[in-house]
Amino acid sequence: MALLEISSLSKSFRGLRAVANASLEVPEHGIVALIGPNGAGKTTIFNIAAGVYAPDGGEIRFAGRRIDGLRPDQICAAGIGRTFQIVKPFAGLSVLDNVIVGALQRCRTVSDARALAARVLDQLGLGGKRDLPASSLTLPDRKRLEVARALATRPQLLLLDEVMAGLRPTECDQMVEVFRELNSRDGLTILLIEHVMRAVMALARQIVVLHHGEIIARGAPAEVVRNSAVLECYLGEDAEV
Amino acid sequence: MNRRAQTLLALLALALLVLPAFASNYVMSVATLILFFAFTGQAWNVMMGFAGQLSLGHSLYVGVGAYTAAGLFFHYGLGPWAGLWLAILLCVLLGAAIGFLAFRFGISGVYFALLTIAFAEFTRIGFDHIDWLGGPGGLFIKVAQRDQIDLLNFRGPPAMYYYAMLALAAGALALCAWLLRSRAGYYWQAIREDEEAAQALGINTFRWKMLAVILSAAMTAVSGVFFAFYYNNLFPEQIFHISRSIEIILGPIIGGIGTLFGPILGAAVLTLLADGITELMSAFGIEIPGVKQVFYGIVLLVVIMFLPNGIWPTLARRLGIARQR
Ligand SMILES: Nc1ncnc2c1ncn2[C@@H]1O[C@H](COP(=O)(O)OP(=O)(O)O)[C@@H](O)[C@H]1O
Ligand SMILES: [Mg+2]
Repeated sequence: MALLEISSLSKSFRGLRAVANASLEVPEHGIVALIGPNGAGKTTIFNIAAGVYAPDGGEIRFAGRRIDGLRPDQICAAGIGRTFQIVKPFAGLSVLDNVIVGALQRCRTVSDARALAARVLDQLGLGGKRDLPASSLTLPDRKRLEVARALATRPQLLLLDEVMAGLRPTECDQMVEVFRELNSRDGLTILLIEHVMRAVMALARQIVVLHHGEIIARGAPAEVVRNSAVLECYLGEDAEV
Repeated sequence: MNRRAQTLLALLALALLVLPAFASNYVMSVATLILFFAFTGQAWNVMMGFAGQLSLGHSLYVGVGAYTAAGLFFHYGLGPWAGLWLAILLCVLLGAAIGFLAFRFGISGVYFALLTIAFAEFTRIGFDHIDWLGGPGGLFIKVAQRDQIDLLNFRGPPAMYYYAMLALAAGALALCAWLLRSRAGYYWQAIREDEEAAQALGINTFRWKMLAVILSAAMTAVSGVFFAFYYNNLFPEQIFHISRSIEIILGPIIGGIGTLFGPILGAAVLTLLADGITELMSAFGIEIPGVKQVFYGIVLLVVIMFLPNGIWPTLARRLGIARQR
Protein backbone atom coordinates (compact mmCIF):
# COMPACT_ATOMS: atom_id res chain seq x y z
CA MET A 1 0.00 0.00 0.00
CA ALA A 2 1.32 3.41 -0.95
CA LEU A 3 1.61 6.13 1.69
CA LEU A 4 -0.28 8.62 -0.46
CA GLU A 5 -2.95 7.40 -2.86
CA ILE A 6 -4.68 9.89 -5.09
CA SER A 7 -7.47 8.29 -7.10
CA SER A 8 -9.51 9.79 -9.94
CA LEU A 9 -9.15 13.30 -8.59
CA SER A 10 -11.08 16.10 -10.30
CA LYS A 11 -11.40 19.79 -9.61
CA SER A 12 -12.86 22.65 -11.62
CA PHE A 13 -12.75 26.39 -11.02
CA ARG A 14 -15.78 28.13 -12.47
CA GLY A 15 -16.08 25.61 -15.29
CA LEU A 16 -12.36 25.46 -15.92
CA ARG A 17 -11.14 21.92 -15.41
CA ALA A 18 -7.91 22.27 -13.43
CA VAL A 19 -7.54 18.58 -12.53
CA ALA A 20 -9.27 15.83 -14.51
CA ASN A 21 -9.46 12.28 -13.24
CA ALA A 22 -5.87 12.22 -12.02
CA SER A 23 -4.51 9.24 -10.10
CA LEU A 24 -1.08 8.87 -8.60
CA GLU A 25 0.63 7.07 -5.77
CA VAL A 26 3.63 7.85 -3.64
CA PRO A 27 5.14 4.77 -2.00
CA GLU A 28 6.35 5.00 1.59
CA HIS A 29 9.95 6.31 1.71
CA GLY A 30 9.69 7.12 -1.99
CA ILE A 31 10.42 10.31 -3.91
CA VAL A 32 8.03 11.15 -6.74
CA ALA A 33 8.21 14.20 -8.98
CA LEU A 34 5.12 15.82 -10.48
CA ILE A 35 6.01 17.80 -13.59
CA GLY A 36 4.13 19.56 -16.34
CA PRO A 37 3.79 22.96 -17.99
CA ASN A 38 2.46 25.99 -16.14
CA GLY A 39 -1.25 25.81 -15.49
CA ALA A 40 -1.28 22.01 -15.75
CA GLY A 41 -2.94 21.69 -12.34
CA LYS A 42 0.02 20.60 -10.22
CA THR A 43 -0.44 23.13 -7.44
CA THR A 44 -4.16 22.40 -7.42
CA ILE A 45 -3.44 18.74 -6.67
CA PHE A 46 -1.22 19.86 -3.77
CA ASN A 47 -3.87 22.21 -2.50
CA ILE A 48 -6.44 19.44 -2.45
CA ALA A 49 -4.04 17.04 -0.78
CA ALA A 50 -3.23 19.72 1.82
CA GLY A 51 -6.88 20.48 2.53
CA VAL A 52 -7.17 23.92 0.96
CA TYR A 53 -9.93 22.73 -1.39
CA ALA A 54 -12.23 19.74 -1.33
CA PRO A 55 -12.14 17.82 -4.63
CA ASP A 56 -15.13 17.71 -6.98
CA GLY A 57 -14.55 14.02 -7.43
CA GLY A 58 -12.15 11.26 -6.45
CA GLU A 59 -10.45 10.61 -3.17
CA ILE A 60 -7.15 10.89 -1.38
CA ARG A 61 -5.85 8.41 1.17
CA PHE A 62 -2.90 8.94 3.44
CA ALA A 63 -1.59 5.83 5.20
CA GLY A 64 -4.87 4.18 4.26
CA ARG A 65 -7.10 6.89 5.72
CA ARG A 66 -9.35 9.21 3.71
CA ILE A 67 -8.05 12.76 4.06
CA ASP A 68 -9.79 14.67 1.27
CA GLY A 69 -12.12 17.24 2.77
CA LEU A 70 -10.16 17.55 6.02
CA ARG A 71 -8.95 21.00 7.08
CA PRO A 72 -5.32 21.97 6.39
CA ASP A 73 -4.43 21.86 10.09
CA GLN A 74 -5.86 18.37 10.42
CA ILE A 75 -3.85 17.22 7.43
CA CYS A 76 -0.70 18.73 8.91
CA ALA A 77 -1.43 16.93 12.16
CA ALA A 78 -1.91 13.69 10.21
CA GLY A 79 1.68 14.00 8.98
CA ILE A 80 1.73 15.90 5.69
CA GLY A 81 3.88 19.02 5.44
CA ARG A 82 3.63 21.39 2.49
CA THR A 83 5.40 24.41 1.07
CA PHE A 84 3.77 27.17 -0.94
CA GLN A 85 4.89 27.90 -4.48
CA ILE A 86 4.20 31.56 -3.78
CA VAL A 87 6.06 31.78 -0.51
CA LYS A 88 4.17 32.82 2.60
CA PRO A 89 6.65 33.79 5.27
CA PHE A 90 5.42 35.31 8.53
CA ALA A 91 7.07 38.53 7.47
CA GLY A 92 7.00 40.33 10.81
CA LEU A 93 8.55 37.43 12.73
CA SER A 94 12.18 36.39 12.86
CA VAL A 95 13.36 33.44 10.79
CA LEU A 96 13.65 31.34 13.95
CA ASP A 97 10.16 32.29 15.15
CA ASN A 98 8.76 31.32 11.75
CA VAL A 99 10.12 27.82 12.19
CA ILE A 100 9.14 27.62 15.87
CA VAL A 101 5.51 28.00 14.78
CA GLY A 102 5.90 24.83 12.73
CA ALA A 103 7.87 23.02 15.41
CA LEU A 104 5.13 23.64 17.99
CA GLN A 105 3.04 21.12 16.05
CA ARG A 106 5.02 18.26 17.60
CA CYS A 107 6.65 19.90 20.64
CA ARG A 108 5.00 20.32 24.01
CA THR A 109 6.92 23.40 25.06
CA VAL A 110 8.20 26.49 23.30
CA SER A 111 11.76 25.75 24.39
CA ASP A 112 11.62 22.27 22.83
CA ALA A 113 10.21 23.85 19.69
CA ARG A 114 13.01 26.41 19.67
CA ALA A 115 15.65 23.68 19.86
CA LEU A 116 14.02 21.69 17.04
CA ALA A 117 13.62 24.84 14.92
CA ALA A 118 17.28 25.75 15.38
CA ARG A 119 18.32 22.27 14.23
CA VAL A 120 16.15 22.41 11.13
CA LEU A 121 17.49 25.85 10.24
CA ASP A 122 21.07 24.61 10.52
CA GLN A 123 20.20 21.69 8.31
CA LEU A 124 19.01 24.06 5.58
CA GLY A 125 21.90 26.47 5.95
CA LEU A 126 19.77 29.22 7.45
CA GLY A 127 21.26 28.98 10.94
CA GLY A 128 23.22 32.21 10.56
CA LYS A 129 20.11 34.15 9.63
CA ARG A 130 17.82 32.96 12.38
CA ASP A 131 17.48 36.33 14.10
CA LEU A 132 16.75 38.33 10.95
CA PRO A 133 13.16 39.30 10.23
CA ALA A 134 11.76 36.95 7.59
CA SER A 135 10.86 39.99 5.48
CA SER A 136 14.55 40.68 4.91
CA LEU A 137 15.29 37.31 3.26
CA THR A 138 16.05 36.92 -0.46
CA LEU A 139 13.71 34.73 -2.51
CA PRO A 140 15.95 31.63 -2.42
CA ASP A 141 16.19 32.00 1.36
CA ARG A 142 12.42 32.38 1.59
CA LYS A 143 12.09 29.12 -0.30
CA ARG A 144 14.44 27.51 2.21
CA LEU A 145 12.37 28.98 5.02
CA GLU A 146 9.24 27.40 3.51
CA VAL A 147 10.99 24.04 3.59
CA ALA A 148 12.31 24.58 7.11
CA ARG A 149 8.87 25.47 8.46
CA ALA A 150 7.25 22.45 6.85
CA LEU A 151 10.03 20.13 8.02
CA ALA A 152 9.70 21.43 11.58
CA THR A 153 6.20 19.96 11.73
CA ARG A 154 7.94 16.56 11.47
CA PRO A 155 5.94 15.30 8.50
CA GLN A 156 5.91 11.76 7.19
CA LEU A 157 5.20 13.11 3.72
CA LEU A 158 6.59 16.39 2.41
CA LEU A 159 4.93 18.23 -0.48
CA LEU A 160 7.42 20.58 -2.18
CA ASP A 161 6.06 23.11 -4.67
CA GLU A 162 8.89 24.46 -6.85
CA VAL A 163 11.33 25.09 -4.02
CA MET A 164 14.36 25.00 -6.33
CA ALA A 165 13.17 27.88 -8.48
CA GLY A 166 15.66 30.72 -8.41
CA LEU A 167 18.46 28.70 -6.83
CA ARG A 168 21.87 28.62 -8.46
CA PRO A 169 23.08 25.16 -9.56
CA THR A 170 25.33 24.73 -6.52
CA GLU A 171 22.55 25.84 -4.17
CA CYS A 172 20.19 23.50 -5.95
CA ASP A 173 22.63 20.61 -5.42
CA GLN A 174 22.88 21.45 -1.72
CA MET A 175 19.11 21.39 -1.37
CA VAL A 176 18.96 18.08 -3.27
CA GLU A 177 21.50 16.69 -0.84
CA VAL A 178 19.37 17.77 2.13
CA PHE A 179 16.32 15.98 0.73
CA ARG A 180 18.33 12.88 -0.13
CA GLU A 181 19.58 12.68 3.42
CA LEU A 182 16.13 13.26 4.93
CA ASN A 183 14.83 10.51 2.67
CA SER A 184 17.54 7.93 3.31
CA ARG A 185 18.21 8.67 6.99
CA ASP A 186 14.75 9.58 8.30
CA GLY A 187 12.69 7.76 5.70
CA LEU A 188 10.90 10.96 4.69
CA THR A 189 8.53 10.46 1.76
CA ILE A 190 8.57 13.29 -0.78
CA LEU A 191 6.26 14.44 -3.55
CA LEU A 192 7.77 17.35 -5.41
CA ILE A 193 6.57 19.70 -8.11
CA GLU A 194 9.61 20.95 -9.93
CA HIS A 195 10.67 22.60 -13.17
CA VAL A 196 14.39 22.37 -12.45
CA MET A 197 15.13 19.06 -14.21
CA ARG A 198 18.54 18.87 -12.60
CA ALA A 199 16.84 18.40 -9.24
CA VAL A 200 14.11 16.13 -10.59
CA MET A 201 16.61 13.76 -12.19
CA ALA A 202 18.77 13.69 -9.07
CA LEU A 203 15.93 12.99 -6.64
CA ALA A 204 12.94 11.32 -8.21
CA ARG A 205 12.58 7.58 -8.58
CA GLN A 206 9.35 8.12 -10.42
CA ILE A 207 8.05 11.01 -12.50
CA VAL A 208 4.41 11.79 -13.16
CA VAL A 209 3.59 14.21 -15.98
CA LEU A 210 0.49 16.35 -15.84
CA HIS A 211 -0.91 18.27 -18.81
CA HIS A 212 -4.22 20.17 -18.86
CA GLY A 213 -5.15 18.48 -15.61
CA GLU A 214 -4.61 14.98 -16.95
CA ILE A 215 -1.78 12.60 -16.32
CA ILE A 216 -0.19 11.88 -19.67
CA ALA A 217 2.85 9.84 -18.66
CA ARG A 218 4.49 8.23 -15.70
CA GLY A 219 7.54 6.10 -15.10
CA ALA A 220 11.21 6.09 -14.28
CA PRO A 221 12.98 9.38 -15.03
CA ALA A 222 15.00 8.03 -17.94
CA GLU A 223 11.87 6.72 -19.66
CA VAL A 224 9.73 9.76 -19.12
CA VAL A 225 12.18 12.27 -20.58
CA ARG A 226 12.23 10.23 -23.81
CA ASN A 227 8.45 9.95 -23.96
CA SER A 228 7.19 11.67 -27.10
CA ALA A 229 3.93 12.87 -25.53
CA VAL A 230 5.92 14.60 -22.80
CA LEU A 231 8.28 16.25 -25.23
CA GLU A 232 5.31 17.42 -27.24
CA CYS A 233 3.51 19.03 -24.34
CA TYR A 234 6.60 20.96 -23.38
CA LEU A 235 7.78 21.87 -26.86
CA GLY A 236 5.46 20.58 -29.53
CA GLU A 237 2.11 22.24 -29.09
CA ASP A 238 3.00 25.56 -30.64
CA ALA A 239 5.66 24.09 -32.93
CA GLU A 240 2.97 22.45 -35.03
CA VAL A 241 1.05 25.64 -35.64
CA MET B 1 14.50 41.79 28.28
CA ASN B 2 17.98 43.15 28.87
CA ARG B 3 19.47 44.70 32.01
CA ARG B 4 18.68 48.22 30.98
CA ALA B 5 15.05 47.43 30.22
CA GLN B 6 14.64 45.74 33.60
CA THR B 7 16.07 48.77 35.40
CA LEU B 8 13.84 51.18 33.52
CA LEU B 9 10.79 49.04 34.18
CA ALA B 10 11.63 48.84 37.90
CA LEU B 11 12.05 52.62 38.08
CA LEU B 12 8.75 53.17 36.34
CA ALA B 13 7.00 50.74 38.67
CA LEU B 14 8.50 52.47 41.70
CA ALA B 15 7.49 55.92 40.46
CA LEU B 16 3.93 54.73 39.85
CA LEU B 17 3.74 53.08 43.28
CA VAL B 18 4.77 56.20 45.20
CA LEU B 19 2.89 58.67 43.02
CA PRO B 20 -0.17 59.04 45.31
CA ALA B 21 2.08 60.27 48.12
CA PHE B 22 3.01 63.35 46.12
CA ALA B 23 0.30 63.94 43.59
CA SER B 24 -2.76 66.14 43.80
CA ASN B 25 -6.21 64.71 43.18
CA TYR B 26 -6.13 66.19 39.72
CA VAL B 27 -2.87 64.48 38.83
CA MET B 28 -4.24 61.27 40.29
CA SER B 29 -7.30 61.44 38.09
CA VAL B 30 -5.15 61.92 34.99
CA ALA B 31 -2.89 59.05 36.03
CA THR B 32 -5.89 56.79 36.64
CA LEU B 33 -7.25 57.64 33.22
CA ILE B 34 -3.90 56.81 31.61
CA LEU B 35 -3.84 53.45 33.35
CA PHE B 36 -7.44 52.82 32.32
CA PHE B 37 -6.59 53.37 28.67
CA ALA B 38 -3.36 51.42 29.01
CA PHE B 39 -5.26 48.41 30.35
CA THR B 40 -8.10 48.63 27.86
CA GLY B 41 -5.68 49.20 25.00
CA GLN B 42 -3.73 46.14 26.11
CA ALA B 43 -6.95 44.12 25.98
CA TRP B 44 -7.71 45.33 22.46
CA ASN B 45 -4.12 44.65 21.45
CA VAL B 46 -4.53 40.95 22.24
CA MET B 47 -7.08 40.73 19.46
CA MET B 48 -5.64 43.13 16.90
CA GLY B 49 -1.97 43.40 17.78
CA PHE B 50 -1.40 39.73 18.48
CA ALA B 51 -3.99 37.87 16.43
CA GLY B 52 -4.62 40.48 13.72
CA GLN B 53 -8.40 40.72 14.20
CA LEU B 54 -9.53 44.35 14.01
CA SER B 55 -12.28 45.28 16.46
CA LEU B 56 -13.80 48.73 16.13
CA GLY B 57 -16.48 47.93 18.68
CA HIS B 58 -14.70 47.44 21.97
CA SER B 59 -17.01 49.96 23.61
CA LEU B 60 -19.48 47.04 23.56
CA TYR B 61 -17.53 45.17 26.24
CA VAL B 62 -16.81 48.28 28.30
CA GLY B 63 -20.50 49.13 28.26
CA VAL B 64 -21.86 45.67 28.98
CA GLY B 65 -19.27 45.18 31.72
CA ALA B 66 -20.10 48.53 33.28
CA TYR B 67 -23.88 48.16 33.10
CA THR B 68 -23.79 44.62 34.48
CA ALA B 69 -21.84 45.53 37.58
CA ALA B 70 -23.63 48.86 38.06
CA GLY B 71 -27.06 47.26 37.64
CA LEU B 72 -26.38 44.61 40.26
CA PHE B 73 -25.07 47.24 42.64
CA PHE B 74 -27.93 49.64 42.01
CA HIS B 75 -30.72 47.09 42.41
CA TYR B 76 -29.31 44.52 44.82
CA GLY B 77 -26.44 46.30 46.53
CA LEU B 78 -24.06 43.68 45.17
CA GLY B 79 -20.48 44.96 45.07
CA PRO B 80 -18.37 44.73 41.93
CA TRP B 81 -16.68 41.52 43.04
CA ALA B 82 -19.83 39.61 42.25
CA GLY B 83 -20.78 41.73 39.26
CA LEU B 84 -17.33 41.29 37.78
CA TRP B 85 -17.89 37.60 37.08
CA LEU B 86 -21.24 38.11 35.47
CA ALA B 87 -19.79 41.00 33.43
CA ILE B 88 -16.94 38.80 32.24
CA LEU B 89 -19.33 35.97 31.43
CA LEU B 90 -21.64 38.17 29.38
CA CYS B 91 -18.79 39.78 27.48
CA VAL B 92 -17.22 36.39 26.78
CA LEU B 93 -20.55 35.21 25.38
CA LEU B 94 -20.87 38.33 23.23
CA GLY B 95 -17.29 37.99 22.00
CA ALA B 96 -17.86 34.32 21.27
CA ALA B 97 -21.01 35.14 19.31
CA ILE B 98 -19.20 37.74 17.19
CA GLY B 99 -16.20 35.45 16.72
CA PHE B 100 -18.34 32.46 15.82
CA LEU B 101 -20.39 34.41 13.28
CA ALA B 102 -17.32 35.91 11.68
CA PHE B 103 -14.91 33.01 11.70
CA ARG B 104 -17.42 30.31 10.78
CA PHE B 105 -18.81 32.25 7.87
CA GLY B 106 -15.55 33.67 6.62
CA ILE B 107 -16.18 37.30 7.55
CA SER B 108 -12.77 38.89 7.84
CA GLY B 109 -10.85 42.12 7.47
CA VAL B 110 -13.01 45.21 6.96
CA TYR B 111 -16.21 43.16 7.19
CA PHE B 112 -15.17 41.77 10.53
CA ALA B 113 -14.51 45.29 11.79
CA LEU B 114 -17.95 46.35 10.56
CA LEU B 115 -19.52 43.43 12.38
CA THR B 116 -17.93 44.54 15.64
CA ILE B 117 -19.28 48.06 15.09
CA ALA B 118 -22.72 46.65 14.35
CA PHE B 119 -22.81 44.70 17.61
CA ALA B 120 -21.79 47.77 19.61
CA GLU B 121 -24.35 49.98 17.87
CA PHE B 122 -27.22 47.52 18.22
CA THR B 123 -26.38 47.11 21.87
CA ARG B 124 -26.35 50.88 22.34
CA ILE B 125 -29.80 51.15 20.80
CA GLY B 126 -30.99 48.16 22.81
CA PHE B 127 -29.86 49.69 26.10
CA ASP B 128 -31.90 52.80 25.38
CA HIS B 129 -34.93 50.55 25.83
CA ILE B 130 -33.89 48.77 29.00
CA ASP B 131 -35.74 50.76 31.65
CA TRP B 132 -34.36 48.54 34.36
CA LEU B 133 -30.96 50.05 33.63
CA GLY B 134 -32.23 53.59 33.31
CA GLY B 135 -32.69 53.69 29.55
CA PRO B 136 -31.42 56.78 27.72
CA GLY B 137 -31.70 58.80 30.96
CA GLY B 138 -28.73 56.94 32.39
CA LEU B 139 -27.92 54.82 35.41
CA PHE B 140 -26.49 56.51 38.48
CA ILE B 141 -24.92 54.73 41.39
CA LYS B 142 -24.47 56.39 44.73
CA VAL B 143 -21.30 58.39 44.93
CA ALA B 144 -19.14 57.25 47.79
CA GLN B 145 -17.73 59.07 50.72
CA ARG B 146 -14.36 59.99 49.34
CA ASP B 147 -12.31 59.49 52.51
CA GLN B 148 -13.25 55.98 53.56
CA ILE B 149 -12.02 52.86 51.84
CA ASP B 150 -14.78 50.31 51.34
CA LEU B 151 -13.09 47.59 49.31
CA LEU B 152 -16.11 45.30 49.36
CA ASN B 153 -18.20 47.85 47.47
CA PHE B 154 -15.21 49.41 45.78
CA ARG B 155 -15.93 52.87 47.13
CA GLY B 156 -13.16 55.10 48.34
CA PRO B 157 -10.65 57.88 47.73
CA PRO B 158 -8.90 58.52 44.40
CA ALA B 159 -5.80 56.62 45.51
CA MET B 160 -7.82 53.41 45.86
CA TYR B 161 -9.02 53.65 42.24
CA TYR B 162 -5.54 54.56 41.14
CA TYR B 163 -3.97 51.53 42.78
CA ALA B 164 -6.69 49.24 41.48
CA MET B 165 -6.09 50.47 37.95
CA LEU B 166 -2.34 50.22 38.42
CA ALA B 167 -2.69 46.59 39.51
CA LEU B 168 -4.90 45.85 36.51
CA ALA B 169 -2.53 47.51 34.05
CA ALA B 170 0.47 45.72 35.54
CA GLY B 171 -1.39 42.42 35.55
CA ALA B 172 -2.40 42.85 31.91
CA LEU B 173 1.18 43.66 30.96
CA ALA B 174 2.47 40.56 32.72
CA LEU B 175 -0.24 38.39 31.18
CA CYS B 176 0.45 39.69 27.68
CA ALA B 177 4.21 39.30 28.09
CA TRP B 178 3.65 35.69 29.09
CA LEU B 179 1.13 35.04 26.32
CA LEU B 180 3.46 36.41 23.68
CA ARG B 181 6.16 33.94 24.66
CA SER B 182 3.79 31.01 24.86
CA ARG B 183 2.22 28.81 22.19
CA ALA B 184 -0.75 31.19 21.98
CA GLY B 185 1.52 34.13 21.16
CA TYR B 186 3.29 32.25 18.37
CA TYR B 187 0.04 30.97 16.92
CA TRP B 188 -1.68 34.35 17.07
CA GLN B 189 1.20 36.11 15.38
CA ALA B 190 1.35 33.43 12.72
CA ILE B 191 -2.37 33.93 12.05
CA ARG B 192 -1.86 37.69 11.95
CA GLU B 193 0.98 37.42 9.45
CA ASP B 194 -0.51 34.78 7.13
CA GLU B 195 -3.54 32.76 8.04
CA GLU B 196 -3.20 30.22 5.24
CA ALA B 197 0.40 29.46 6.13
CA ALA B 198 -0.55 29.22 9.79
CA GLN B 199 -3.20 26.66 8.98
CA ALA B 200 -0.78 24.65 6.87
CA LEU B 201 1.49 24.41 9.90
CA GLY B 202 -1.22 22.69 11.91
CA ILE B 203 -2.87 25.64 13.62
CA ASN B 204 -6.63 25.41 14.10
CA THR B 205 -7.10 29.06 13.24
CA PHE B 206 -10.77 29.14 14.22
CA ARG B 207 -10.03 28.01 17.75
CA TRP B 208 -7.10 30.38 18.32
CA LYS B 209 -8.89 33.40 16.89
CA MET B 210 -11.85 32.61 19.14
CA LEU B 211 -9.50 32.49 22.11
CA ALA B 212 -8.09 35.92 21.23
CA VAL B 213 -11.55 37.47 20.97
CA ILE B 214 -12.80 35.86 24.16
CA LEU B 215 -9.75 36.86 26.17
CA SER B 216 -9.88 40.41 24.84
CA ALA B 217 -13.60 40.64 25.66
CA ALA B 218 -13.07 39.31 29.18
CA MET B 219 -10.29 41.81 29.88
CA THR B 220 -12.34 44.68 28.51
CA ALA B 221 -15.29 43.63 30.69
CA VAL B 222 -13.05 44.33 33.69
CA SER B 223 -12.40 47.83 32.31
CA GLY B 224 -16.13 48.34 32.17
CA VAL B 225 -16.69 47.32 35.78
CA PHE B 226 -13.98 49.70 36.87
CA PHE B 227 -15.47 52.46 34.74
CA ALA B 228 -18.88 52.06 36.37
CA PHE B 229 -17.56 52.33 39.91
CA TYR B 230 -15.15 55.12 39.12
CA TYR B 231 -17.50 57.41 37.22
CA ASN B 232 -20.74 56.33 38.89
CA ASN B 233 -22.93 57.28 35.95
CA LEU B 234 -23.58 55.48 32.70
CA PHE B 235 -25.39 56.54 29.54
CA PRO B 236 -25.82 54.19 26.57
CA GLU B 237 -25.31 57.15 24.27
CA GLN B 238 -21.82 57.66 25.65
CA ILE B 239 -20.46 54.37 26.80
CA PHE B 240 -21.37 52.34 23.70
CA HIS B 241 -20.57 55.13 21.29
CA ILE B 242 -18.18 54.39 18.47
CA SER B 243 -16.02 57.33 19.49
CA ARG B 244 -15.33 55.39 22.71
CA SER B 245 -14.16 52.42 20.68
CA ILE B 246 -11.90 54.70 18.68
CA GLU B 247 -10.52 56.25 21.86
CA ILE B 248 -9.62 52.76 23.11
CA ILE B 249 -7.67 51.81 20.01
CA LEU B 250 -5.81 55.10 19.51
CA GLY B 251 -3.38 54.37 22.35
CA PRO B 252 -2.11 51.05 20.99
CA ILE B 253 -2.00 52.42 17.42
CA ILE B 254 0.04 55.44 18.43
CA GLY B 255 2.20 53.48 20.86
CA GLY B 256 2.72 50.49 18.58
CA ILE B 257 0.28 47.75 17.61
CA GLY B 258 1.35 44.30 18.69
CA THR B 259 4.00 45.53 21.12
CA LEU B 260 3.80 45.11 24.88
CA PHE B 261 4.54 48.71 25.87
CA GLY B 262 2.86 50.42 22.94
CA PRO B 263 -0.59 50.51 24.58
CA ILE B 264 0.86 51.96 27.78
CA LEU B 265 3.00 54.56 26.06
CA GLY B 266 0.20 55.49 23.67
CA ALA B 267 -2.28 55.94 26.52
CA ALA B 268 0.16 58.22 28.37
CA VAL B 269 1.02 60.33 25.33
CA LEU B 270 -2.58 60.77 24.23
CA THR B 271 -4.08 61.45 27.64
CA LEU B 272 -1.36 63.87 28.69
CA LEU B 273 -1.38 65.81 25.46
CA ALA B 274 -5.18 65.92 25.21
CA ASP B 275 -5.40 67.08 28.79
CA GLY B 276 -2.68 69.64 28.23
CA ILE B 277 -4.53 71.07 25.26
CA THR B 278 -7.81 71.23 27.16
CA GLU B 279 -6.14 72.94 30.10
CA LEU B 280 -4.35 75.39 27.88
CA MET B 281 -7.53 76.30 26.06
CA SER B 282 -9.51 76.82 29.23
CA ALA B 283 -6.68 78.96 30.60
CA PHE B 284 -7.24 81.24 27.65
CA GLY B 285 -10.98 80.99 28.11
CA ILE B 286 -11.48 79.30 24.75
CA GLU B 287 -14.12 76.62 24.48
CA ILE B 288 -14.44 74.64 21.28
CA PRO B 289 -16.49 71.45 21.42
CA GLY B 290 -14.85 68.43 19.82
CA VAL B 291 -11.36 69.89 20.02
CA LYS B 292 -10.12 66.69 21.66
CA GLN B 293 -11.27 64.60 18.71
CA VAL B 294 -9.60 66.94 16.25
CA PHE B 295 -6.47 66.72 18.30
CA TYR B 296 -6.59 62.91 18.34
CA GLY B 297 -6.89 62.99 14.58
CA ILE B 298 -3.83 65.19 14.23
CA VAL B 299 -1.71 63.02 16.52
CA LEU B 300 -2.82 59.91 14.65
CA LEU B 301 -1.95 61.50 11.33
CA VAL B 302 1.50 62.55 12.48
CA VAL B 303 2.32 59.15 13.96
CA ILE B 304 1.07 57.22 10.94
CA MET B 305 3.08 59.44 8.62
CA PHE B 306 6.34 59.44 10.51
CA LEU B 307 6.26 56.33 12.71
CA PRO B 308 3.93 53.84 11.03
CA ASN B 309 4.86 51.15 13.55
CA GLY B 310 4.06 53.44 16.46
CA ILE B 311 6.25 55.35 18.87
CA TRP B 312 7.40 52.46 21.02
CA PRO B 313 9.60 50.49 18.57
CA THR B 314 11.59 53.64 17.80
CA LEU B 315 11.74 54.75 21.42
CA ALA B 316 12.86 51.29 22.54
CA ARG B 317 15.75 51.42 20.10
CA ARG B 318 16.71 54.92 21.29
CA LEU B 319 16.64 53.76 24.90
CA GLY B 320 18.93 50.87 24.02
CA ILE B 321 16.33 48.28 24.92
CA ALA B 322 16.49 45.17 22.78
CA ARG B 323 13.82 45.01 20.10
CA GLN B 324 10.95 43.20 21.70
CA ARG B 325 8.81 40.90 19.72
N1 LIG C 1 -8.18 29.31 -6.67
C1 LIG C 1 -8.33 29.27 -8.01
N2 LIG C 1 -9.36 29.90 -8.60
C2 LIG C 1 -9.53 29.86 -9.94
N3 LIG C 1 -8.70 29.23 -10.77
C3 LIG C 1 -7.63 28.58 -10.25
C4 LIG C 1 -7.40 28.58 -8.84
N4 LIG C 1 -6.27 27.85 -8.60
C5 LIG C 1 -5.83 27.44 -9.81
N5 LIG C 1 -6.64 27.86 -10.79
C6 LIG C 1 -6.49 27.57 -12.22
O1 LIG C 1 -6.32 26.18 -12.35
C7 LIG C 1 -5.34 25.90 -13.35
C8 LIG C 1 -4.23 25.07 -12.76
O2 LIG C 1 -3.47 25.89 -11.90
P1 LIG C 1 -2.29 25.35 -11.01
O3 LIG C 1 -2.72 24.15 -10.28
O4 LIG C 1 -1.79 26.47 -10.18
O5 LIG C 1 -1.21 24.98 -12.12
P2 LIG C 1 0.33 24.63 -11.99
O6 LIG C 1 0.69 24.59 -10.55
O7 LIG C 1 0.49 23.30 -12.65
O8 LIG C 1 1.07 25.70 -12.73
C9 LIG C 1 -4.89 27.23 -13.90
O9 LIG C 1 -5.60 27.50 -15.08
C10 LIG C 1 -5.25 28.20 -12.82
O10 LIG C 1 -5.51 29.47 -13.35
MG1 LIG D 1 2.05 25.71 -9.52
